[in-house]
Amino acid sequence: MSLHQDVPLAWYLLLSAALFSLGVTGFLIKRNLITVFMSIEVMLNGVNLSFVAFAHQWHAVKGQIFVFFVMMVAAAEAAVGLAIIIAVFRARATLAVDRIDLMKL
Amino acid sequence: MNAPLHLWLIPLLPLAAFFLNGILGGRLPKWLVSAIGVLAPLASFALVVNAARGLIGVAPGPSLPYVETSPFAWINVGALHVDFSFVLDQLSMVMLLVVTGVGFLIHVYSVGYMHEDEGYARYFSFLNLFLFFMTTLVLAGNILLMFVGWEGVGLASYLLIGFWYRKPSAADAGKKAFIVNRIGDFGFLIGIFLLLGAFGTFTFSEIAARLAASPAWQGDILTVICLCLLTGAAGKSAQLPLYVWLPDAMEGPTPVSALIHAATMVTAGVYMIARTHFLFDRSPFALGTVAIVGAATAFFAATMGLVQNDIKRVLAYSTISQLGYMFLACGVAAYSAAIFHLMTHAFFKALLFLAAGSVIHAVGGEQDMRKMGGLWRAMPITFWTMTAAVLAISGIFPFAGFFSKDAILYAAFLQGSFGKTLWAVGFVTALLTAIYMFRLWYMTFFGAPRGEAHPHHATPASMLGPMVVLGLLSLCGGWIGIERFSNYLAPATGAHRVPSITGHLELYLSLAAIAIALEGWLIADKYYRRKPGRPAQLAAAMVGAYKLLFNKYYVDELYGAVFVRPLLAIAKYLLGWVVDTAIVGGAAWLLGGIATFSGAFLQGWQSGNLRSYAAWLAFGAAAALLFALLAGSPHAWGLTFFHAEPIYKLSHIAVAYFGQARR
Repeated sequence: MSLHQDVPLAWYLLLSAALFSLGVTGFLIKRNLITVFMSIEVMLNGVNLSFVAFAHQWHAVKGQIFVFFVMMVAAAEAAVGLAIIIAVFRARATLAVDRIDLMKL
Repeated sequence: MNAPLHLWLIPLLPLAAFFLNGILGGRLPKWLVSAIGVLAPLASFALVVNAARGLIGVAPGPSLPYVETSPFAWINVGALHVDFSFVLDQLSMVMLLVVTGVGFLIHVYSVGYMHEDEGYARYFSFLNLFLFFMTTLVLAGNILLMFVGWEGVGLASYLLIGFWYRKPSAADAGKKAFIVNRIGDFGFLIGIFLLLGAFGTFTFSEIAARLAASPAWQGDILTVICLCLLTGAAGKSAQLPLYVWLPDAMEGPTPVSALIHAATMVTAGVYMIARTHFLFDRSPFALGTVAIVGAATAFFAATMGLVQNDIKRVLAYSTISQLGYMFLACGVAAYSAAIFHLMTHAFFKALLFLAAGSVIHAVGGEQDMRKMGGLWRAMPITFWTMTAAVLAISGIFPFAGFFSKDAILYAAFLQGSFGKTLWAVGFVTALLTAIYMFRLWYMTFFGAPRGEAHPHHATPASMLGPMVVLGLLSLCGGWIGIERFSNYLAPATGAHRVPSITGHLELYLSLAAIAIALEGWLIADKYYRRKPGRPAQLAAAMVGAYKLLFNKYYVDELYGAVFVRPLLAIAKYLLGWVVDTAIVGGAAWLLGGIATFSGAFLQGWQSGNLRSYAAWLAFGAAAALLFALLAGSPHAWGLTFFHAEPIYKLSHIAVAYFGQARR
């Protein structure tokens, strides 16, 4: 209850937006595939934060459950994604995203 | 109380044989192909005889018309119900006896005639297919089912005319027959639709009942319907102006000419008019047109037959001419006389073709009569059966053709001055008929052998047997007499309207007909036996007339110039160049071009660079968010198709908060 009274919803949302923007920025400017991957996780957690904040604000448990789903998918994604990164590194001996550009005509 | 007659088996047996021979025929031994091909028509014939048993007597059968409707409805849409219904009445029974009987004989003949041909199984399967459609046409209880048979026999005719498809002239003749028939069928189809519009049903008996209920109904739409039906009949039965396909149809094997293009299929038009006589009876104008078409065709075809040198072409023109007689009979409402002539004509014309085939077979494929001659000693059976047929078609007593032709001419003579004109045309045509038939007879069998053609094939028994049977029928087929025949047909074709014999008129007319036929014989005898040089002199003396006749009045050339070449030009230039190349091709090219260019443009975005994709993604998401924030309610923009409610709420919260903060 104290949280609800002390910290307004907007702060959570601002933090969430900041995290998300950080993630996007990292995704766009970083060259290393692992850093790019970590940026995705930051974006996901930014979104998660807004979910729990809204859920708390409106006493709707749906948002909290949704966060669990997101975390679960993120975990699975981490496992698969890291495996792909290792495979890519073994094949190409680099993790620079600019050089992994075969997905075109 | 009717025992089921299983009429559906009559068409279905040949159909089964068609599938057997058509699919497996190439792998079956030849004797089995012949057995299947011949037994199917024989079984159908047996079924017809079984159905006719007890009803064949002179008095109308007590249980006719016998109607058999299949348990399956064919078309059931709204108020329209069409069944697969088969009707056996006096008319269809006579026709069926002719079709399956003569058909069976010609199948037997074909075993001998086609024995050396590599397409033996294909030939028999097509012939059986023809019988299937022809019996369907005859048995049909409604005009739509009749049309199915009608189109089907056209298909079989096309397949068999072009049977030797490697020969360009045969393939062209098949196409010509099919296309000319299409013109007639178009009229027929329009007539069928008008019939549906006027009566709401296709069933013959219901239409007849509807007409009987309104005895005052004459002319107007009925005339239009009848003229449309006449167009169809003229196409199928090779009448003016659509007769041009039949002489070319002689490119097919000779038994095919006998069965399809002489005895049965080409008489379908006559049968159709007799079948729908209740319509024609209500339209004197249409009847008069039928009579004029028939008389004109009879006369013109006979004149063209006078100068042909190909034995089969002479017979083709004589077929057209005899069909003209049948139309003439229909046109004076003497339907039973038309059917009578149809029957006797089937006998003697089939025989003429079979005998011609025997001659052609014997002289090694030669069809030019100028290279025949003197054959009568070498092939006596062919000679004597052919003689019977020639006497029959010329109308010499007591052969079959005399009775039927006499009945037609007598019926025409009694129809006032119009009828007397028709009679005169028919009378002159009878003279021409005798001349060209005896000309054929003399040129083929008498005189010295000309050219290198000489008999070197003995005609097998399978060919001679059917010829002998048909020879007997050509002799006796008319002895039943028109009186009894028309009385028998009366329930189906209406009472014979010929008044009772007044004085000795009929006798005089008959004597005149015999006299004119004998006169024709004498003329042919003079020109082609006693003075064989005379025809050439005569042709040289009247070179214009001879050329006109020899070139068949230039009708083919006229049609070519008026219809065929303009149509081909339209097809090539307007449809080919303008519509196909420019419009259709251009449109396809334009669509392809749009796709190619837009693809090349969008290709630049697909760089393969992950960060550029991500940047576009972020840009798009930002744009969507901005749009949602600035646009207010998405519903105001009509964007109800995507579920934008969460964004909408979020935007309101944000606006509320920042607004609050600013305050």
